[in-house]
Amino acid sequence: MTKHKLMAFVTLCGALTAVTIALVYEPSIDPVDVSAVGFDAALVQKGADLATIGDCITCHTSPGGKSFAGGLPLKTPFGTIYSTNISPDPETGIGHWSEAAFRRAMRRGVAPDGKHLYPAFPYDHFTLVSDDDDKALYAYLMTRQPIHALSRTNELSFPFNVRFLLAGWKMLFLGSGPFKPDPAADPIWSRGAYLVLGIGHCGACHTPRNILGAEKAQPFSGGEAEGWQAFPINSASLSPVPWTEESLKVYLRRGWHELHGVAAGPMAPVAENLSVASEDDVRAIAVYVASGMGRPFDGIESGGRTGATRPSGNGSKPQSGGSQTVPGAPDGDIGARIYASTCATCHESGRAMPYGGIDLSLSTLLSAPSSRNFMRLLLDGLPATDGRKAPIMPEFSAILTDEQAIAIASYVRSHFGNKPPWQDVSVRLREARDDQAAAPLSSAADHRPAANK
Amino acid sequence: MKLTVNDSIRTVETDPDTPLLYVLRDDLELHAAKYGCGLGQCGACTVIVDDKAVFSCVTPISLLEGRRITTLEGLGTVERPAPIQKAFIEEQAAQCGYCIAGMMMRAQALLLRDPNPTDSVIRAALEPHLCRCGTHMRIVKAIRRAAELLRTAPVSTKRAI
Repeated sequence: MTKHKLMAFVTLCGALTAVTIALVYEPSIDPVDVSAVGFDAALVQKGADLATIGDCITCHTSPGGKSFAGGLPLKTPFGTIYSTNISPDPETGIGHWSEAAFRRAMRRGVAPDGKHLYPAFPYDHFTLVSDDDDKALYAYLMTRQPIHALSRTNELSFPFNVRFLLAGWKMLFLGSGPFKPDPAADPIWSRGAYLVLGIGHCGACHTPRNILGAEKAQPFSGGEAEGWQAFPINSASLSPVPWTEESLKVYLRRGWHELHGVAAGPMAPVAENLSVASEDDVRAIAVYVASGMGRPFDGIESGGRTGATRPSGNGSKPQSGGSQTVPGAPDGDIGARIYASTCATCHESGRAMPYGGIDLSLSTLLSAPSSRNFMRLLLDGLPATDGRKAPIMPEFSAILTDEQAIAIASYVRSHFGNKPPWQDVSVRLREARDDQAAAPLSSAADHRPAANK
Repeated sequence: MKLTVNDSIRTVETDPDTPLLYVLRDDLELHAAKYGCGLGQCGACTVIVDDKAVFSCVTPISLLEGRRITTLEGLGTVERPAPIQKAFIEEQAAQCGYCIAGMMMRAQALLLRDPNPTDSVIRAALEPHLCRCGTHMRIVKAIRRAAELLRTAPVSTKRAI
């Protein structure tokens, strides 16, 4: 009896081990010499368009570094992960990856040697990418400039530094692609869904994550990225003026919209990439996202705020500052005084964006539950973009004391946001100051995507 | 209202909402900082507050009580130019010169933070500044020279701002 029990136990253990190994184990895929492979120019172009929507270059390039050579630190709750070199360098990049190995990495998050990849590489989205599109992305990446650059070692604590545990994470959280369109759906909407959920990986920032870093089943209800709040892009949108397909499309391609504001923080490079993406694809993205936000309004909801009271068009107002202050600042409120003498110069100039600042009653930042994005924008401002017409805002970190910054936040939150006071101004201000002090001096041009063509 | 400008305390009888630039130029007769756009977008009005470069055209003096303001006049004189001024003269980095005072103040603030900046760091730091004459390459060279001068200068000539 005892012997039988022991036998059963040993058998069970053996079976469990075998099952575990079978689940965790991924075979290695042999290296190939890609230099011998020719790529069709049209395929490379298709891959370039997809890579632009996927924003690959933003994470896989460090500030001031060579395109696709990796090295960008990504801070996660589990430690710092450094992006890898995905240029076709045979030794340090993906130059020896076969197309099958590339597709497995995209679909299941496994490196050619069988090692599990961290989901900071959003294969939980990329799994949806079609075989044909993986082929095009492969062709595009394999025809980039090879850069010899060793990837930096991740700084992750135990147990997060044990890669085979990712097999368990995948069992729990990784669905399996590719994307299956609903044949009954509008083809433009379907294309948008495919791009947003797949290569565009919008949910990676805009969907909240659970304790294990996986996206919760509340798609697009707001997440975070690099110290910024990624606002909800579903029916919980915080925008005072409801988004429409058209306004989303304009915002995504241009990086700003006069009724909504400016793509700042980690959204800035996304919009910069989308400005050169296929216009049809950006429209499809807008159609899909807008459909999740509910019925498109006519722009007259939310207390009649439409922003349409402002003059528009180039040259409708002079571009230099006229009177530097707005008269009639309420006495007593320091925030109101600072706003009137400092912010109103642009934000109540009567000049349309991008020559003037947004009417703050339209700003999503001020209706957000946290002051996080507001504090970052106030301190960092909006640097000039490279070669594109976009609003500029000076940085105010050097000029404002903590008390002054908090006074402005409190004033604009209640006056323009019409919301109860933020509870987190001090801590968000501190975070924004610390991150700014730690950031290396680098140029906007350093982050510019390399020419895709 | 009292302002600390170039190490001296100055009293001004101006509305506290007035931008610092106007007070410097109109009340204190310090004309190095220039009016360019009035919107904090061209850099010509840049001065140093405490140890950072700021646009004086979008900074009301009400924010500056107790802060140390330094203008180009506070760095050196014609007879005894500061290293940054000397470097700009030696590299002949000015053409019309309208933007140069602001450029020098931004460069000075940069060198206080990073005494040995690379070209890419210099370019990044100077990004908020516009120059229509196109002396950008000379400006970058001048800032490199200033870094060298500051490193090798006797301590007494390094302005501690």
